[in-house]
Amino acid sequence: MSTLAETAPPRRKGSSPAFRRALPYLLSMPALLVCVAVLVPFVTAVYYSMLRYRLNLPSMKGFIWFGNYIGFLGDSEFWNTVYVSLAYTVLTVVVELLLGLGIALLLRKQSRINNFISIMLLLPLMTAPAIAALMWKLMTNPNFGVLSYLVSLVGLSDFRWASSPTTALFTVVLVDTWVYTPFIMILLLAGLRSLPPQPFEAAALDGVPTSFVFFRITLPMLTPYIITAVLFRLLDSIQQFDIIYAMTQGGPGNRLMVFQVESYLQFFQYTNVGKSAAMLMILWAITYFLSNVFIKNWLKLRERARGHA
Amino acid sequence: MDHSSPLVRVLKSIALTLIVLFFMFPIVWIFLMSFQNNDTILRIPPSLFFQPTLGNYTALISGKLQSSAGTLDIPFMHNLLNSVILSTVSVGIALVLGVPAAYAFARFKFIGKEDIAFTLLSFRFAPPLLVLLPLSLYFQEIHLSDTYIGLIWVYQLIALPLILWIVRGYFEDISPDIESAYRVSGHNWWQALTKIAIPLAGPGIAAAGLLSFIFCWNNFVFALILASADKQPVTVGALAFVTASGIQYGQIAAAIVLSVTPTLLLALYAQRYLVEGLSLGAVKG
Repeated sequence: MSTLAETAPPRRKGSSPAFRRALPYLLSMPALLVCVAVLVPFVTAVYYSMLRYRLNLPSMKGFIWFGNYIGFLGDSEFWNTVYVSLAYTVLTVVVELLLGLGIALLLRKQSRINNFISIMLLLPLMTAPAIAALMWKLMTNPNFGVLSYLVSLVGLSDFRWASSPTTALFTVVLVDTWVYTPFIMILLLAGLRSLPPQPFEAAALDGVPTSFVFFRITLPMLTPYIITAVLFRLLDSIQQFDIIYAMTQGGPGNRLMVFQVESYLQFFQYTNVGKSAAMLMILWAITYFLSNVFIKNWLKLRERARGHA
Repeated sequence: MDHSSPLVRVLKSIALTLIVLFFMFPIVWIFLMSFQNNDTILRIPPSLFFQPTLGNYTALISGKLQSSAGTLDIPFMHNLLNSVILSTVSVGIALVLGVPAAYAFARFKFIGKEDIAFTLLSFRFAPPLLVLLPLSLYFQEIHLSDTYIGLIWVYQLIALPLILWIVRGYFEDISPDIESAYRVSGHNWWQALTKIAIPLAGPGIAAAGLLSFIFCWNNFVFALILASADKQPVTVGALAFVTASGIQYGQIAAAIVLSVTPTLLLALYAQRYLVEGLSLGAVKG
């Protein structure tokens, strides 16, 4: 695609070379400026993360370098947050990837009914996660929730969904799965349908077993799509806020205190700005690291795919 | 391709039925609940047969909520209006800013191009609260908290990166030859952009616009932190409404239905563009 760019701006009388050089910047700067303005709060957050800073105790405010970060080392609450966030992320990504891949394979063939189903499956994705959480909260209400009723039919009369420490994680992962599996499904479906048919025809002619076709042909060719889908889900999952906050606000106890919910509560409930900012900086570092690893591998894969083509 | 045995086909149909049930059930169930009063909702076992009522919707639309504690004013319709204003204006501004920028990234070669483009995309990867919490303190100082302007500005962080990346892909897919020919015949770059490039990329721009509208509409955390009741969109409003209205479950269900209807209709109407937009924008980058 880069060859297009070189031939793109043809010479034209009237516009000076300086203007032509400046033009792309003039076109892209407004968008950049609007976004870059948020770098100010970002830098502020870096600064806050090194402060002893509580809104309710302004006199205690002071610069403590990495004191907040060092404080986390012996802080069991913090390690609970790390543990819960990782558990939530790994569970949601694995479940959604397997389920999304399965559904995409089932819907692979172009047909009226398959296309119709794939459209239906987009609807949860179009529901705001906070509202989706609210829907599930109504359905799991112990008094009248239809899901509470259904599990009581199979003998689980005291299944308390998000309000019990043992099942809370399961419940929010279920809601996340409901909302986001269609996202993975639709990306992988697009990928599956765009794969070249020749290898599959050849395999069918040779009578290669289905499992071999799946693991040696389909899966490798689908890998770039899988990586994209997993990257997007991974970053969203580790930063999950809407579903958990709307359903349980991090409870019961601190069972679902993921990074963003904990930082939110530190900021607004305990007015501990320094600790909240330090926590978010750690989350930012994790996501930055993850996205870099993934994007580098993705670019490599894409290049390799193009090299073969 | 389909040489599979009858057994496999039956198993596939069963799997698909279960999948559709799982993903559609909550939407259908909440829709049914929204036409029930508390008596039928609280009935055990739950039943699909009930006398439907429009009472929940009329209560929401009139803003008067009857409860045991008397009549309560609820600003639900105002929340809905806020969502419309915030999403529409945000996407409008993001299109005005983003389409020319996407054009620049697709057509011109300039120093720092990929860096600028990547910087814009990277805003999608930062934890929202990292920026929002300090911003909430700044907004109080510069009197932007609880204003449409302040919210629409931060909503650009949702809409702009999306529009930039999807529209850029579409511009790159369009051959620049037509534009070149048009410009050789004496038109300037601005005319080439508005008369040739934008109409050709129309479907892509529409897809990007719809998609970012849905993301803006569905956003929760930006408004939760930066807006108080008066400027809240439905996502935040519906949640506050749960505690305010106590046990009026039918009205909560109706509120949920009203708050997801716009995006669901949009998604159904535009699903083909959306699927294209999603797969192109995300996979091609």
